[in-house]
Amino acid sequence: MSAEATEKKAPVIKFLAGNEACMEGALAAGCRFFAGYPISPSSEIAEKMSGRLPKLGGKFIQMEDEIASMGAIIGASLAGAKTMTATSGPGFSLMQENIGYAMMAEVPCVVVNVMRGGPSTGNPTGPSQSDVMQCRWGTHGDHPAIVLSPNSIREAFDTTVQCFNFAEQFRTCVVLAMDEIVAHMREKIVIPAKEDIKIVNRKKPDLKPGDPYKPYEADASLIPPMMNFGEGFRYHVTGLDHDATGFPSGAPDNQEILHRRLVDKVEMHKDELFLFENHRTEDAEVLVVAYGSTSRSAKRAVEEARAQGIKAGLFRPITLFPIPEKQIAQAAGHAKKVVVPEMNLGQYRLEVERILGPAVPVVGVHRVNGEPIAPSLILSAIVGG
Amino acid sequence: MSMDYFQYLRKERMPHIWCPGCGHGTIMKSILRALDKLKWAKDDVVVVSGIGCSSRTPGYLDFNTLHTTHGRALSFAQGVKVANPNLKVIVISGDGDAMAIGGNHFIHACRRNMDITLIVFNNNIYGMTGGQASPTTFTGSKGTTAPYGAIEQPFDVCNMAQASGATYVARALDIDAVAMDRVILSALQNKGFSVVDAWSQCTTYFGRQNKWGDASEMMDRYKEMTYNVRLAEKMSPEEKAGKYPVGMLFQASRPEWCEEYGKLIERVSK
Amino acid sequence: MSKRYEIRLAGLGGQGLVLAGVILAEAASIFENKNAVQSQSYGPESRGGASKSEVIISDEEIDYPKATHIDLLLCLTDAAAEKYLKDCPETALVIADSDLVPSAIPEKFRSVKAPITRLARETVGKEFVTNIVALGLIQELTGIVGLPALEKAVLDRVPKGTEDLNKRALEVGREAAHEYGAHILSAKG
Repeated sequence: MSAEATEKKAPVIKFLAGNEACMEGALAAGCRFFAGYPISPSSEIAEKMSGRLPKLGGKFIQMEDEIASMGAIIGASLAGAKTMTATSGPGFSLMQENIGYAMMAEVPCVVVNVMRGGPSTGNPTGPSQSDVMQCRWGTHGDHPAIVLSPNSIREAFDTTVQCFNFAEQFRTCVVLAMDEIVAHMREKIVIPAKEDIKIVNRKKPDLKPGDPYKPYEADASLIPPMMNFGEGFRYHVTGLDHDATGFPSGAPDNQEILHRRLVDKVEMHKDELFLFENHRTEDAEVLVVAYGSTSRSAKRAVEEARAQGIKAGLFRPITLFPIPEKQIAQAAGHAKKVVVPEMNLGQYRLEVERILGPAVPVVGVHRVNGEPIAPSLILSAIVGG
Repeated sequence: MSMDYFQYLRKERMPHIWCPGCGHGTIMKSILRALDKLKWAKDDVVVVSGIGCSSRTPGYLDFNTLHTTHGRALSFAQGVKVANPNLKVIVISGDGDAMAIGGNHFIHACRRNMDITLIVFNNNIYGMTGGQASPTTFTGSKGTTAPYGAIEQPFDVCNMAQASGATYVARALDIDAVAMDRVILSALQNKGFSVVDAWSQCTTYFGRQNKWGDASEMMDRYKEMTYNVRLAEKMSPEEKAGKYPVGMLFQASRPEWCEEYGKLIERVSK
Repeated sequence: MSKRYEIRLAGLGGQGLVLAGVILAEAASIFENKNAVQSQSYGPESRGGASKSEVIISDEEIDYPKATHIDLLLCLTDAAAEKYLKDCPETALVIADSDLVPSAIPEKFRSVKAPITRLARETVGKEFVTNIVALGLIQELTGIVGLPALEKAVLDRVPKGTEDLNKRALEVGREAAHEYGAHILSAKG
């Protein structure tokens, strides 16, 4: 199993765990720097990276903690590499300050959070989806968030590629929220040939040597083009409020412009970010909204409900944030009831309630016992009054 | 012969934020004199810092500059260096930044021995946040969080660096610009992780709270608290007791991280 | 084969059950082009803690990746039998290590008891092939995957230099199916 998938011209068939597929996706996307710290249930990503990266001329470094891992991937990205780290809840909490830095300083990078039970040490080896809101709001201050959540091995590969593409395109830190089930279960995966994988690289400014470079001057896209350190355009990077030159500026007008641009650059392009799946939602009178491994239970529950004559359907956001609000509302167009199963106590359910308003009852199916949510539990909620 | 400092400074960023009497500018000039001797291309130099008075230095310098989060400069700097080992990476940190919140990164950066130079602008206090005690505040000295005098023993930056694996370790006082220039130049030339404990008086917070007087009186006191390591052999233990040696304190040759990783890449990518 | 066939392999960490599950799933999905999902649950122990590995094999898309209606339960400890027998429907086939699972398997189940670990240790000569002996037994008893696919999957995963040992382990497992599970084989026809 040592075939270098990223070098293959033809598709490669493998039988992989989600963590392995995530690593393959990262390599295919061009990730050549990984910094990390061991933590269950994400450690396989670091382990596999340590073996594979040097074979591709890439770099792996095990840092002293997750704070340092996050700092290292930001530094390496500024030096021109596509970078990633992987962790789980406690480590993700430690990374938050520097995640905010990456968003503020607009440094592309990818953080994989393999969710386990929390808070605190919680359940290190059990599945959970209880970091969903940490993925959205974990760092302080208003900030953009792009968060993807796969439900299969192939999708772990695809969404990881997508995370890199979004990070590069939007100059921000993108989070892949996998749950432990997807991370550790194994399925057959056909890894696409290299030329069939769409890769996005950070946009460079059109500059000649000696031209002045304003690292945070954006055009109408609101996304500033980016030079790397060492490419002949010296500039300053800071986590302080700054102006288009990159230097600190505390001017109120300037702060307002910066913070709005950081959020708006994602908001105005969000239609490009929405990945989702509709399953039998056209006429669904009971809509299930589920993501990650829970969506697989939900799909089975929907099928069983249909077999009983209930018009059930599933809307599965792959992009958790920004929230595909219109798409959820559309899927719920005929719904008399909406069911939101989650391995947490209702974090995404509140968003669904907010989107749909009081007209449609939203029922949560929530489990925080370290066990997956069985299809029968979701079916009961679909069928129940 | 006087050099043109402004070729390395971002004039438009002046005036700087440091107080009158602060030693940080003096150390910054030593760094510039060393870089002027080395003739590194400005585009190849990356200066990284954390948070604090010292950490504002990169903003004034005309290189690639990276002002990171509090205590984390070394982790960002190592990422830069590993991703592109051709870049010359200098880290400027304070005593709180490097030794308290960044203490774990400090010891591990020493252990890895990447070709990075860390200069700790050590003024024994948190200046920017208003004079709180730091990990290098001397026992008995006052800070705004140690109004009755610090009861803890301070870290010795150089002993920590040496014990953790740094391959060039030196201490210098801002008052002795010749010695400061010499150790910073040697630190930058060392192929490995170098640490310079650069003492800088904070008159505004340390000096006032401890009634140590103005900048010149503080510098005199630093001289009294230290001795030249080259004279150490001729000094009695009593003369050295409680004092800090200054000068080059430790140098060793040890494999450099990026070179070792480069070899690893060659070995496994065949 | 029914649409969905669910296998649970249960015992202790170190018995190689996760790898056994991976091999079985690879045999089905890579070498026989069926759909298969393997998953496991685990605790903090690398060795000695309870270990559970599950494989779902189906001709159709597999949505829920965990077992809900077990077709085959393998127990390599008494604790595993006690914990998981109650999850099994009466249609389940239960295979247990006769030395390690002294408790009786309830009669409502079709069951086979064989000294799987002892066969690995004494007949094959290495206890660490217990999981492969078990796979041979499962293959012969259920036919859930074909022998050629299983053999390829085994050889793909095991360390170089142990190929013959592992082939022998498969054989010993299949022979055990006849020695200890003739009643199942004859019922199967």
